[in-house]
Amino acid sequence: MTSIGTGYDLSNSVFSPDGRNFQVEYAAKAVENGGTAIGIRCEGGVVLAVEKIITSKLLKPDANKRIATVDRHVGIVSAGLVPDGRHFVSRARDEAASWRSVYKGPIPVSALSNRLGSYVQAYTLYSSVRPFGVTAIVGGWDSEAELAVDGQVGSGPKLGSGGKVDGAKAGGPGLYMIEPSGLYWGYHGAATGKGRQAAKAELEKLDLSSGNLSLIDAVKEAARIIYVAHEDSKDKEFELEMSWVSSLDGPTHGRHEEVPRQLLEEAEKAAKKALEGEDDDEEEEQEETKDSGNSGERMEE
Amino acid sequence: MVGHGVSGMLGEDGIHIDMNHLKSGEVNLGTSIMAINFKDGVILGADSRTTTGAYIANRVTDKLTQVHDTIWCCRSGSAADTQAVADIVSYHLNMYSITNNESPSTQVAASLFQELCYENKDALSAGIIIAGYDPRHGGQVYSIPLGGSLHKQSYSIGGSGSTYIYGYCDANWRENMTEEEGIDFVRGALREAIKWDGSSGGVIRLVVLTARGAQRHLYLPDTDYTGPGVTN
Amino acid sequence: MNHYPEIWGRPRDDIYGPYNSSYLQTTGPKTYTQSPAVTGTSVIAVKFNGGVAIVADNLASYGSLARFTDVKRLRVFSDSAVIGFSGDVSDMQYIHRLLGSIDIRENYSTHGNMLNAKNLHTYLSKVLYKRRSEFNPLWNHLLVAGFDEDKNPFLSSADLLGTTYSAPHLATGFGAHLAIPILRRLFPEEKPLEEITKEHAEAALRECLKVLWYRDARSLDKYSMAVITAEGIELKEDQVIGAQSWAFAESIKGYGAQIN
Repeated sequence: MTSIGTGYDLSNSVFSPDGRNFQVEYAAKAVENGGTAIGIRCEGGVVLAVEKIITSKLLKPDANKRIATVDRHVGIVSAGLVPDGRHFVSRARDEAASWRSVYKGPIPVSALSNRLGSYVQAYTLYSSVRPFGVTAIVGGWDSEAELAVDGQVGSGPKLGSGGKVDGAKAGGPGLYMIEPSGLYWGYHGAATGKGRQAAKAELEKLDLSSGNLSLIDAVKEAARIIYVAHEDSKDKEFELEMSWVSSLDGPTHGRHEEVPRQLLEEAEKAAKKALEGEDDDEEEEQEETKDSGNSGERMEE
Repeated sequence: MVGHGVSGMLGEDGIHIDMNHLKSGEVNLGTSIMAINFKDGVILGADSRTTTGAYIANRVTDKLTQVHDTIWCCRSGSAADTQAVADIVSYHLNMYSITNNESPSTQVAASLFQELCYENKDALSAGIIIAGYDPRHGGQVYSIPLGGSLHKQSYSIGGSGSTYIYGYCDANWRENMTEEEGIDFVRGALREAIKWDGSSGGVIRLVVLTARGAQRHLYLPDTDYTGPGVTN
Repeated sequence: MNHYPEIWGRPRDDIYGPYNSSYLQTTGPKTYTQSPAVTGTSVIAVKFNGGVAIVADNLASYGSLARFTDVKRLRVFSDSAVIGFSGDVSDMQYIHRLLGSIDIRENYSTHGNMLNAKNLHTYLSKVLYKRRSEFNPLWNHLLVAGFDEDKNPFLSSADLLGTTYSAPHLATGFGAHLAIPILRRLFPEEKPLEEITKEHAEAALRECLKVLWYRDARSLDKYSMAVITAEGIELKEDQVIGAQSWAFAESIKGYGAQIN
């Protein structure tokens, strides 16, 4: 970022001669200062977690939530400017409601992410607005069961519909990360905010694409990763907020919910313990982090 | 059906069968339509008569309308209204498959039909049966009668001719029929409807929707509805 | 050329006559009001000690035609209330979706959906009143069963005009004529609610449904029953009216003086 001050960074929607949109890059800077937020996608569901830096002792503990629910089956966590994140969530809820009003069912996580990506991208095109100062992680579960049309009456044949293709797989977990530029990819594990480098390194170690991690373990890993990512800003106190969404036969029955208090505390305890044991090889880890910095793995479909 | 300028009728139960609802001189699908679930998917069927009053405006009408690859509908009521609705749904399903990179389910089609029929119930006279096949849900049949409510059914009959075959269908319906049995059921029912309903007639058209795609059948009155059978 | 620019370039009235606008929409108010098409008949509900029981049959009629026999007219709202719908089925579906969207919105806050049956009834009555004031009514008469903010059993009615009323037992449609007298006899005003058990209430509702099945020509012998107590909602669909009395028909001969 050497060309700061050449004048091309003052207006949104203006390219610099070397093809950059500085306002978007500055927005990304705002994200880099935010508390770490991560998402883990595993076979049984998705876990979202965020490191909430406590800015004042006067704030009520456990209030001021940073993870929001969209419709019933999607959660959004973001890093960066909190009010921007709130507006982003509000838009997501409108999109989900709009989908429902037309199609009488829940919006697929992929479709929601696509719409949100387009929305964020539009904020890089006009000089009258600034880009979003958030990177948002969208995690949800598309129902694997057959859904009735909202408000439907009647049920069709008792034996069920004929001609279904055996093993036609449908639904499942979805995890996407949307950046201030509007860029979004699907992920097995996503991280953003201040401690994203350390978090990404930890996420990669989990070998998420193999599909071996259980949802409960993912909750514990998520807690641990937030604690690891917090190591660099140890001087500040933080609160861990976590949510999850599981398959229909899992603990949340396809709904996005806060991780129950007991499990959260258990995961936090395990995280602290794991961290104490890891203090020795901390330096090694930092090296590794730098190599794998920007590679977000694309989700296979 | 009521002819030109003749006022709608108040049924004995106080329900206004409002044929004035048809704009005067409008072409009406006084119809027999149906759709059924069977072992491998769904079958849609319809007669081919379109009337203006007592005059048969079209004797070889195609009331089976494709709105996506394997999602079709049977139209009854005003020809103009149901064509307009089917065209709009067809457009939306096309857009859906492009933007979401996957084929719409039958539920999506049924939802779109319902939204249009419900929100515009004052302006429309449309009774539509939607039947579709997709690999995930198999065959499904939905019915949207006049007010714009949505009903999932194992089989559905509609149009003026359907009132004559409620008994036939209830007595002969079985779940999980083979394709051949299903075709016989639909053809047998529509034959009765055509026989007793003056507003239904002509040929019997069928569409069979399965994993193999859509297949059209045709059965003619002068061969006692025995053939020619598959036409594509 | 004259001094009325809006007329320039148009056919002159003095030569061609005034423009015939009769093909355009005629003046008069914009009308919505439909008549219901696919309809459900009575809903009946009774309060008892610790809860409310509510029933409706599974029929949606199309005029006199028994068009759909698998229509569930009792709808559960977020484990806190049951709503029984009579009247237009498409409007019932609309209201059901409306309630779904409210449930979703309520769950955005951390404390979840806090609306009780009483809140819901207030809301629905306002929706119904607003729509009738637009001359575009939602063609339903509904009963809301559940609990109020003090955890007392709640039962109230709202109709397509937005009219509301409440009583320990309520019925819509034909039920208002046939079921209410039976319920008044079984549960007289002076009888305290504490003396009415859940079993009493259920049995009374079944008895009312049977009478309706005998005397309401738009009814069905398949029905749904919901019982809402502090423990939650118990919803039984696909019930059948039992213990019917028809055999006495044997003794009915002729219509007056006939002996055989």
